[in-house]
Amino acid sequence: MKLVTVAGPPSSGKTSVIIKLAQCLDIPKKSIGVVKFDCLTSFDNISYEEAGISIKTGFSGKICPDHFFVSNIENALQWGIESDFEILITESAGLCNRCSPYIKGVLSICVIDNLSGINTPRKIGPMLKFADIVVVTKGDIVSQAEREVFAFNVKQVNTSAKIMFVNGITGQGVFLLGKYIQQTKDILSLKDSKLRFTMPSSVCSYCTGETRIGESYQMGMMKKMEF
Amino acid sequence: MKAQDFMNKLNTQSLNLILREYPIAADFLANFRLENLSKEIPVSEALKDVNPEILEEFGLDGYDLLQNLSLFLENLTETETSLDRVTSITILGGVNKLKEPENISITIYPGEIISIVGPTGAGKSRLLNDIECLAQGDTPTGRDILINGIHIEEEQRFQLDGKLVAELSQNMNFVMDLTVHQFLEMHAKSRLTPNANEIIEKCFLCANQLAGEQFTKDTKVTQLSGGQSRALMISDTAYMSNSPIVLIDEIENAGIDRRKAITLLAKNEKIVFVSTHDPLLALSSDKRIVIKNGGIHKIIQTSEEEKKNLKSIEKIDNILLKLRNNLRSGETITEDLLKL
Repeated sequence: MKLVTVAGPPSSGKTSVIIKLAQCLDIPKKSIGVVKFDCLTSFDNISYEEAGISIKTGFSGKICPDHFFVSNIENALQWGIESDFEILITESAGLCNRCSPYIKGVLSICVIDNLSGINTPRKIGPMLKFADIVVVTKGDIVSQAEREVFAFNVKQVNTSAKIMFVNGITGQGVFLLGKYIQQTKDILSLKDSKLRFTMPSSVCSYCTGETRIGESYQMGMMKKMEF
Repeated sequence: MKAQDFMNKLNTQSLNLILREYPIAADFLANFRLENLSKEIPVSEALKDVNPEILEEFGLDGYDLLQNLSLFLENLTETETSLDRVTSITILGGVNKLKEPENISITIYPGEIISIVGPTGAGKSRLLNDIECLAQGDTPTGRDILINGIHIEEEQRFQLDGKLVAELSQNMNFVMDLTVHQFLEMHAKSRLTPNANEIIEKCFLCANQLAGEQFTKDTKVTQLSGGQSRALMISDTAYMSNSPIVLIDEIENAGIDRRKAITLLAKNEKIVFVSTHDPLLALSSDKRIVIKNGGIHKIIQTSEEEKKNLKSIEKIDNILLKLRNNLRSGETITEDLLKL
């Protein structure tokens, strides 16, 4: 089974891209599965179900979504293998721009949209930097110049990434992405695989439910600004 | 120059020298919050004074950063890629939605204008998709798209980075809050244009020639009218975009000299596809591709007769333009104005 991890800021078009991708792949719908890692709520399962794609949704709640991803990915893979999927796609929303739920040896796709502002690629960090493919959406509503500058800014942060422009509504551009995915190797187990980048470290008192403000309540990993 | 050569440069030359030669390196460093590196010494030296924690936050150490910067500079200065010089594009027919063979082949050269006509949903986007991904008989249409007469390697298709086709449609807007000058400057910077100011000036003047109403360099791009926006986008694409192919999807009739606009693109050695039902535009092209049932139905060469008719169409178009200008300047519409 092939495994693909997709990450990107909220509302950048991850779900639309995955659904269009599934439609263009030359394999039956029932052999594609999606695992959606989200935080509190998600309505994407409806879109996937309508498209006839098997979907499992998990909510990280108060846990960092990336930590949630890594502690569940093996079981997700197992689910995919047992369900006889040909392709399993994980979708996770990057909330702090620090997330990069990418695994060495597993195809990693970052989805960002042209409307998010020209300098956004320069601010996203590891989620963009460690991706193999950067899919840029919503290019049909901005000028050619903005698209070009946006792509240039992606290249500044991730020089070796392949950039693909995809229209999540019409599916334009999704063909090449599908072609690329079909070339990737099958993944049978993730045991002892490694993440491409460390997860956000968050082991301070506030992680464990502290709500009071003040020096004496702050324990663990803290970082202070200089004023 | 290869990444290794850049690496040597970064190790031996002061950052000041590097920045003078490659100003864009400043942006690269800013991405990692390194704008305050000492400029008198080589980057490799200067990095030693940086708190490793900052780099770690980006998943880097000093060596990675140097390597990334070298790679970045190599990619930017690389000019010789196969797609930089597109001398022709050939479309070899496949099948339409009814699986009937198209039986066509057409080769298009830079400077040519091809219009695409056919009802909505007839298959225009299928054709565009094929061109964009350089179909090799593997898309639903089974078409082959050749560049400079040859099939493209799989790996090259993945390296396109969306640069093959520049697009322009009615739905496009400027979303950045910049003035016209800042906008052009930003685009020039990303293209590393050596004579940026000259090209910005050219772009600006040309956009104003295309637009019905004049605008200044200090105008915010978001405040331009529809026609002015389109004029600026076209002029920018003609002078600054690196895409050899331009696709135009129905440009509005108002506020822009659309014939001049597409000839401008053709003159700048672009292969221009115009999807339009505007007779003035369609007949200004050399050939038109007729789309039907998801396939290329036929290709019509613009005939001498049609070209002659173009003159009359121009007259009709000019009348409409005059009417519009009269309305704009607060005058009344008289019967005189309607005379051909």
